[in-house]
Amino acid sequence: MNGADAMIKCLEAEGVDTVFGYPGVAICPFYDSILDSGIRTILIRTEQNAAHAASGLARTTGKVGVCAVTSGPGATNLITGIATAFADSIPLVCITGQVNSVLLGSDVFQEADITGAVESFVKYSYLVKDVNDIPRIFKEAFHVASTGRKGPVLIDVPIDIQNAQIAKFKYPEEVNMRTYKPTVKGHAVQIKKVIRELEKAKRPIICAGGGVLLSDAQEELRSFAEKYQIPVVSTMMGIGVMPTEHPMYFGMVGNNGKPYANRAMNESDLLIMVGARVADRAVSQPDLITENKILVHIDVDPAEIGKNAGPNIPLVGDVKHIFHDFSKQEFSCQHRAWIATLNGYRDSMKRLRSPNANYVDPAEFIRLLSLKMKDDAVYVADVGQNQIWSCNYHIVKNGRFLTSGGMGTMGYSIPAAMGVKVGSPQKQVVAVCGDGSFQMSMMELATMCQHDIPVKIIVLKNNYLGMVREYQHYTYSDRYSVVDLSGSPDLEKLSAAYGIPFLRLENMDGAEEALDAFLKEDVSMLMECLIDPMDLVK
Amino acid sequence: MKLKRIYSVLVENRSGVLCKVAGLFSRRCFNIDSLAVGETDDPTVSCMTIVSSGDERTIEQIEKQLNKKLDIIKVKTFDESQSISRELMLVKVKYNKGNRRDIMETCEIMKADIVDMSKTHMMIQICDIPERTALLITMLQSVSIVEVARTGTLALPKCSENE
Repeated sequence: MNGADAMIKCLEAEGVDTVFGYPGVAICPFYDSILDSGIRTILIRTEQNAAHAASGLARTTGKVGVCAVTSGPGATNLITGIATAFADSIPLVCITGQVNSVLLGSDVFQEADITGAVESFVKYSYLVKDVNDIPRIFKEAFHVASTGRKGPVLIDVPIDIQNAQIAKFKYPEEVNMRTYKPTVKGHAVQIKKVIRELEKAKRPIICAGGGVLLSDAQEELRSFAEKYQIPVVSTMMGIGVMPTEHPMYFGMVGNNGKPYANRAMNESDLLIMVGARVADRAVSQPDLITENKILVHIDVDPAEIGKNAGPNIPLVGDVKHIFHDFSKQEFSCQHRAWIATLNGYRDSMKRLRSPNANYVDPAEFIRLLSLKMKDDAVYVADVGQNQIWSCNYHIVKNGRFLTSGGMGTMGYSIPAAMGVKVGSPQKQVVAVCGDGSFQMSMMELATMCQHDIPVKIIVLKNNYLGMVREYQHYTYSDRYSVVDLSGSPDLEKLSAAYGIPFLRLENMDGAEEALDAFLKEDVSMLMECLIDPMDLVK
Repeated sequence: MKLKRIYSVLVENRSGVLCKVAGLFSRRCFNIDSLAVGETDDPTVSCMTIVSSGDERTIEQIEKQLNKKLDIIKVKTFDESQSISRELMLVKVKYNKGNRRDIMETCEIMKADIVDMSKTHMMIQICDIPERTALLITMLQSVSIVEVARTGTLALPKCSENE
């Protein structure tokens, strides 16, 4: 057995069923060995998207997403995908081929110091120097990626190590790392303190971030909020923690969020931040947040607590464990007046839009789309105006809402949606992007066709990089610079070239029928919606 | 307020670890005032002594971010009053008949040793707290300093009965 065979055995031992990637000479031993396994390989059309696809799969299956690419440009192309996963704490194992280990450091063909290059975007990285280390390294990599604060781990394997004979293959049963022991269980004293504050609080609120979904703690959080009548808002990454129309849910906070969600958070006297970074887009002045309220910060990563806002009660641990422990505490609290106030805000602070009837109104269209989507469907939003409209108007029922929240990587939605569909073939998966972000990933239409991955794609087309245009509208008084997307392809012809059915919606007339046709069958489809180029998210 | 802090960091003795730790400081805009690295009694473990400064939040973040690194085994942090700290410095100076005596007297007062000599140059060694090594430089400024090498601060928390 050689190193490459051992790598495949490790993936099998971890229950990996799909690898997204792009081969090259330096990873060829791996892609040769994989032929003898039951692992599905998906040839993505550019390496960055291998990481995004693995991310989509990881976020909706709870597994670790795996991608494998070659050395040099293959590895460096992967970096944006790794950084995107790192910013959103998505568990990935990224395998890169590397040049012969005796040539390392001599700048030979397709050599790149990838472990050095990704250092600030990975949870950990390995450069394998001994074939016999492969089982231990893979075991550790999967453990590190999927525990504590999740994140990407990179394993760089020189080609001679992949070809070397391994003395004895034994996949370790346990991980033994003296430097890595994440705290999972919350401290009992801190838990009691939080409950005591909840008893005292008149206007408590929970702000849920992506950490709740990563910990798969939606049920625990929801039943806690229901039982004690505590309103919940979310960050962008926390969308889907509660169904959008749940009576206890009051929308997304932040500068692109719901005004009533921000008001609810500002007026609370007890703010429980759960699995959220308190980053600049969610809270405009995090350091001032504790001026008029008690801040409880729950996170599995101790370094997040106190990084952007000083909490009164820090609570380190896994969200699921902590809410399980909360549920065992006996206390009572009622906040009828507070909830009535928030319901009043929700009714009176709706953002009114005045859509141009000559075009598709993205807000109404997205609302309509989500109503017609299946209950457990997965909606993947890209980055730009489409993302903000998606966040604000998509109605999550029992499905999931995915987007690149931390890094804001354009082109995320199509490969991520493919990853979701590969991991959960029975689910309905819709990617919503703009015409800018679509063109960053449109090469993946071929991947969808080749591997029969039926993803629904909606392109909100306005012939602009809309989000930047909107910024230039407000900040530079409509002096538009490098935001015009003229020259974009005819999407109908493009779809035809790939053999993908196409629909065009020019205004809201017939939107319902078009959506019915779009969602009817489990096949890939592309729908172009013409949006008013001057439309704004604010 | 700017606080000075010493971090005694036990790390896996592997290639690339120094780079990762230094990279963490630069990426997060933390200062490194001094850094000294050496193997411990356990050859698989190295000890890095990092002196840094910043406001209270930064000081806390440095410790937390160090603890997140998977090559770091243990982080101990203390301020100067809680520790014994030392720095080794070698200074090469050019001397002449007129200032030779002065230099030797300065060394005597500063408890520094002359460890090497030629007809024109001498090398002075001092091992002391960082303030005093800095003071020696000031005192030698009047003669011509040719070159200086410093180890950076080494420090360990003071001894106590319950360790």
